[in-house]
Amino acid sequence: MDIDLMMRVYPFFLEAAWTTILLSVLTALLGLACGALGAAARLSRFTSLRLLGATYVSIFRGTPALIQLFILYFGGPQVGIQLDAFEAGVIGLGINAGAYMTETIRGAIISIDKGQREAARTLGLSQFQAFYKVILPQAARLMVRPLGVNLNMLIKATALVAAISVVELTYTAQRYIGSTYKPFEMFLLAGVLYMIIIYATGRGVSWLDRKVRIT
Amino acid sequence: MGLDFTVIPKYLDVVLLGCLWTIAITVAAALVSFFGGILLAVVALYAPAVIRLPFRAFEFVFMGTPLLLQLFLIYFGLVQIGIDLPAFVAGVIGLGLHFAVYNSELIQTAILAVDRGQMEAARTLGLSRTQALRKVVVPQAVRAVIPPIGNNMIALLKDSALVSVIGVSELTLSAQRAIGATYRPFEFYLLAAAFYYVINLGMEWVQRRIERRIAISR
Repeated sequence: MDIDLMMRVYPFFLEAAWTTILLSVLTALLGLACGALGAAARLSRFTSLRLLGATYVSIFRGTPALIQLFILYFGGPQVGIQLDAFEAGVIGLGINAGAYMTETIRGAIISIDKGQREAARTLGLSQFQAFYKVILPQAARLMVRPLGVNLNMLIKATALVAAISVVELTYTAQRYIGSTYKPFEMFLLAGVLYMIIIYATGRGVSWLDRKVRIT
Repeated sequence: MGLDFTVIPKYLDVVLLGCLWTIAITVAAALVSFFGGILLAVVALYAPAVIRLPFRAFEFVFMGTPLLLQLFLIYFGLVQIGIDLPAFVAGVIGLGLHFAVYNSELIQTAILAVDRGQMEAARTLGLSRTQALRKVVVPQAVRAVIPPIGNNMIALLKDSALVSVIGVSELTLSAQRAIGATYRPFEFYLLAAAFYYVINLGMEWVQRRIERRIAISR
């Protein structure tokens, strides 16, 4: 193992790790927004919206995220969408993650007992109030853990943007593997950084889950 | 530049051939991940600590890093130690090991869920511990775990797109070849997405059938 080489290149990996973190945060935020909208559509009273939500989930979960990224980044200019690689990465991965989060959020909401809504309505709350004051606060607690799983997958999925040459961890590893022919060392550097990010995120999610849990 | 789908028929055979390779790599990697998953689960639950700990480390690394990075490691890393694998084999090993770890988690839960009396009864009937595991406990656990493993295999199909970056001529790379000749990324990536979607639907159909068969035989 070439420790000297690793010491020499690790600042570049550290910098790339920040890009991976930034990419993960932005993607997670966009994913949550898409997931909330998607879940709202899937639970809507209107058949057309429900159909739209179901189509969104089916298409984005039914095709590879890599292909979705390629369509957006390479195909986008043909239909007038010009994005740089980082923007395309965030938007592509965010919309993709949103499809998975739609199902997570929807699952948590429909698992709240129907009696809760009925009781709230009986007490004189409007449909809207019943949802925001009774259903959602309970469902939100149930979402934390499964959204944490979505987040874990999302962080690993950010590696895909290496294929559209965003300089994040995997791209950096790939570039140094190419120039140094030391795959194990480069994998070790990138792998450790990924594991730190994922471990820290997992701890954060467990902490939040414990904090919001009603005992 | 606009869209022009009339370029597709000329390159359809290239993309269709890619489809076959995608199916081949998915099936091969699914088999590796299934049997690998059983092996990892049995090791995690029953092996002595000396064997168990390195396997745990392996699982920790494979769950904590992206598949794309793992593919680079396997494809380029094995060359470093003198093993030059064809891209297809490296892809099958990478995808297979990655999903074996996820399958192992499912199988472990299922093995633990098989009633302890089953093992005790098998031992009483004179089977050795290994025989009892192989002939009584594992078959029951695997059966219980087929629906969630099916979901993993559908995820595997989608992740098989990643092996295009190490140069396996599957669906994604075939689409890229057609794009290289026509400069029509939108049309061909959309076509590839449509093929993935169809294969996906096919797998969901097979999964439902298998689940129904299992349900009947109970």
